[in-house]
Amino acid sequence: MKLRQLALATAVAAAGLSSALVPTLATAQAKEQFFPVLVYRTGAYAPNGIPFANGYVDYLKLVNARGGINGVKLSFEECETGYATDRGVECYERLKGKGATVFQPLSTGITFALTEKAPNDKIPLITAGYGRSESQDGGVFKWNFPIAGTYWVAGDIIIQDIAKKNGGADKLKGKHIALVYHDSPFGKEAIPILQERAAMHGFKLSLLPVTHPGVEQKSTWLQIRRDRPDYVVNWGWGVMNSTLIKEAQATGYPRDKIYGVWWAGAEPDVKDIGEGAKGYNAITMQHGAEPNADFVKEIMQKVHGKGQGTGPKDEVGQVLYVRGAMSAMFAVEGVRRAQERFGKGKVMTGEQVRWGLENLDLPQAKLDALGFKGVMRPVSTSCQDHMGANWGRIHTWNGSKWEFSSDWYQADEMIIKPMVKNAADKYAAEKKLSRRTPADCQS
Amino acid sequence: MAFFLETLFGGLMAGMLYSLVALGFVLIYKASGVFNFAQGAMVLVAALCMARMAEWIPLWTGIDNKVTANILAFAVSVAFMFLLAWVIERLVLRHLVNQEGVTLLMATLGITYFIDGFGQTLFGSDIYKIDVGMPKDPIFVLDGLFEGGVLVNQEDVIAAVIAAVLVACLSLFFQKTGTGRALRAVADDHQAAQSIGIPLNRIWVIVWCVAGITALVAGIIWGSKLGVQFSLTTVALRALPVIILGGLTSVPGAIIGGLIIGVGEKLSEVYLGPLVGGGIEIWFAYVLALVFLLFRPQGLFGEKIIDRV
Amino acid sequence: MFYRENGQFKTSYQADQQIFPIAQDRWAILAIIAFAAIGVPFLVDEYLFRAILIPFLILSLAALGVNILVGYCGQISLGSGAFMAVGAYMAYNTYIRIDGMPLILALLSGGFFATLVGIFFGIPSLRVKGLYLAVATLAAQFFCDWAFLRISWFTNNNASGSVSVSNLNVLGWTIDTPLQKYWFCLGFLVVFGLLAKNLVRSAIGREWMAIRDMDVAAAVIGIRPMYAKLSAFAVSSFIVGVAGALWGFVHLGSWEPAAFSIDRSFQLLFMVIIGGMGSIMGSFFGAAFIVVLPIFLNQFLPALGGMFGVEISTAAVSHTEYMIFGALIVWFLIVEPHGLAKLWSIGKQKLRLWPFPH
Repeated sequence: MKLRQLALATAVAAAGLSSALVPTLATAQAKEQFFPVLVYRTGAYAPNGIPFANGYVDYLKLVNARGGINGVKLSFEECETGYATDRGVECYERLKGKGATVFQPLSTGITFALTEKAPNDKIPLITAGYGRSESQDGGVFKWNFPIAGTYWVAGDIIIQDIAKKNGGADKLKGKHIALVYHDSPFGKEAIPILQERAAMHGFKLSLLPVTHPGVEQKSTWLQIRRDRPDYVVNWGWGVMNSTLIKEAQATGYPRDKIYGVWWAGAEPDVKDIGEGAKGYNAITMQHGAEPNADFVKEIMQKVHGKGQGTGPKDEVGQVLYVRGAMSAMFAVEGVRRAQERFGKGKVMTGEQVRWGLENLDLPQAKLDALGFKGVMRPVSTSCQDHMGANWGRIHTWNGSKWEFSSDWYQADEMIIKPMVKNAADKYAAEKKLSRRTPADCQS
Repeated sequence: MAFFLETLFGGLMAGMLYSLVALGFVLIYKASGVFNFAQGAMVLVAALCMARMAEWIPLWTGIDNKVTANILAFAVSVAFMFLLAWVIERLVLRHLVNQEGVTLLMATLGITYFIDGFGQTLFGSDIYKIDVGMPKDPIFVLDGLFEGGVLVNQEDVIAAVIAAVLVACLSLFFQKTGTGRALRAVADDHQAAQSIGIPLNRIWVIVWCVAGITALVAGIIWGSKLGVQFSLTTVALRALPVIILGGLTSVPGAIIGGLIIGVGEKLSEVYLGPLVGGGIEIWFAYVLALVFLLFRPQGLFGEKIIDRV
Repeated sequence: MFYRENGQFKTSYQADQQIFPIAQDRWAILAIIAFAAIGVPFLVDEYLFRAILIPFLILSLAALGVNILVGYCGQISLGSGAFMAVGAYMAYNTYIRIDGMPLILALLSGGFFATLVGIFFGIPSLRVKGLYLAVATLAAQFFCDWAFLRISWFTNNNASGSVSVSNLNVLGWTIDTPLQKYWFCLGFLVVFGLLAKNLVRSAIGREWMAIRDMDVAAAVIGIRPMYAKLSAFAVSSFIVGVAGALWGFVHLGSWEPAAFSIDRSFQLLFMVIIGGMGSIMGSFFGAAFIVVLPIFLNQFLPALGGMFGVEISTAAVSHTEYMIFGALIVWFLIVEPHGLAKLWSIGKQKLRLWPFPH
């Protein structure tokens, strides 16, 4: 007994002491640019988080294989957040001390928490395709960068495609669109834009929340069966997506009338259902599944070919993998742009990278050179516009793979800009911030 | 009217599915007085084992036939759950004989964490498919009475039948067999049961095995519907109101409780939900169970709680 | 030898009844508080403040509240996350909607509303016992989860449902840097710890313990179960509510209902049971264990893997954390079912006799 208790006490003491004394892993060597990688490979959202993480890390490895950013090699460290806000905050605090210059939380909840902290620590956040839709307004949100798209862009383009399929926006009057959304800030972001469009075109919008993690949708689909909306918009993430399509199949709702946001249109959501999901549409944030893209081939050759690949080979080129790689590309290009002003071949600080992200200029030629030919359209951010591009396409699952089923759409800035400005002003008023001065924009 | 029937029917089916999970809780509590919080994790790990074995066995042995692969995977999963039960009894329960309920509850919480981590380490945390040939498309009945017919989910009906069969077998097991009586004796009082010669350790292994197989069946059915992934453990939380409404010690109570909760949930979500913005079914189920508890604190069919002063 | 009361004579009832009658205890507690307030800031860096110490302080406050309900009064509650949420959101609303509201008053108002909610959801405890009550309190948890997502008044009609606070200050002192946040939380913890310790020594505390041990017998001797149980819910929810408000305001800064989900409730219950039910010290031990262990494992396992040249993926680290966590809980329960506080009290007993064995 005594020995046991003594051992127990010692163990507890050792754990307590060593946690205080555990040396933080060596900070990035002076000549390496450190990239923190916040991921979730466990938890209810893992099926979608894993390919994203693999794509992100593989792209960073590719950049190293290409020679780094003007000779500066990249180092990175993954941190598991499990999609939980407090773990995300802990990862942020831990990795910020290692020289991190940009964070990509991949979770709207964590984004909200870090939006409060990042300005004090002078580290920019890239929230490509998620986060606060109003953070597009760089005049208020100096440190947030929702590059290449926000939720309001996605919602707007979905309605545009529905309108096109019906022969014009005026034909939408009297139609009924149901929004099935993840009951969280992420899901609720869809509501303002869809309500705005509903008011404009006269279609009825019904809101059907699904509680996290979204595996229980029977009542939702009973209601859909009763109300028989013309279209269903799926604003889900993780297991909610595949459950939604399965329930649609179980209640006989035509899958080609369902539109998913760009976080609800990837292989993990549909591959287990196969033919049953045929016809399911989703908006893409410019890219879809790109197995033939140049950078994908380069990754297969230079990263997977050398046995350095993160994750399985057949995942390379899938929708979320490309999303991860694209997000990593934005971070890398932001650093590269910063180097152009602050010194090529040097390691950049958070503030410098922020400038780089705010002055990001990726014309088609540059994107093609990076290997994104045919995948992306030009991105160009500015002080007032931290989004830089608002293009999207619709792709459809044909039973075994994703195929593009529409042309390029551009979100209607006439609708979105006022919404963004209002929301940003409200945020600024609440936080007692003032809009950035033109002088600040030039710095 | 047709829609009401659909909702009612959907609720009944959902309730049967919950009671499948609830059965595992009831079994272990009935037989050892332990509230097994790890049931959700057991459902997950059983389903993961089945899904991955069904994927790996064809790779390892070259068997092409899907049915054979599924049967073999099922057999391996049953063996896996046996092993798990044996290990839990050996390493955990044996050392906690006659401790208070709270301690055992916490031990099962610890087991939950361990099984979650262990299962996902072995089998992965991605989403996996279980394909046991369940029909995915709905059928429409009563076409003559109601226009368009009433929608019936075939997969749910099959699951409900399986659940009913399982419950019938388990009821018979507890009532009619010697082992069943021994299990009930152990639930009453560990020490008394030991003193009359009931081998406590073996009984616990048996009961955790049976609960494990129930978890496997529940895992296959739920996994076939939803896909097998970590989020499957949240199904256990949906089954808790079923247990407390039906009574922690009653197998038929798990079914009746399941039906009540299932119907209550779906009807409330479809008819009351839109009035308040939706998303009410989870807490409504708990509130419903709570209301029943206020009238019968031990659940509908549970044993009356006797306090000795 | 050193931990004896020789020469310590009490000359008044007041002196005899103080919380720490033994002078060494008093000195030790004062030393610990002084070290925590003055010594620790010199030793730790920002990361340790933000990621370990501040969560530890706030969660031990919450665990204190839960311990009062679960450990002292014996009512197992799985709704603590909901009470934290009520505290956080109502503190937010009083802070935002009433101009010039002092921060501390806002936090306490959060606790007050949590008390009301706690009493309401504690009413089933008058009829339902044990495990049934535990599951019934989950009704509180899920209801609050839903209410804060659906009822937009709570989130100041914010479209996305996420709230944030900033520019915290107390009487002109800003609560901005980690050190200030640390002191702020430490202050709350010390005050509430003292209050809780006194409460459990008083008549009401004894009533709670009587209800826990044998509620029928307690009713027979004249203790009113309703009063005792509901007051336990009230006090517990107040403390948990204030802790929730601190968690949202000081630690997270911006939160959504998922920050106070059922996982948080389970976490608090774990802290209480591992730390020791029915013990104030136990709440601190449990909170330290639960806060520090995952972070320790997160750092230690890759380092361990590195020593053997094995690269461990973050998913594997996360799973192993779970496994070790679960295994440790089971091991603790086998070795010491009464938790870390029992080990502490055994240690103190030994110290009182030292150098004699018995």
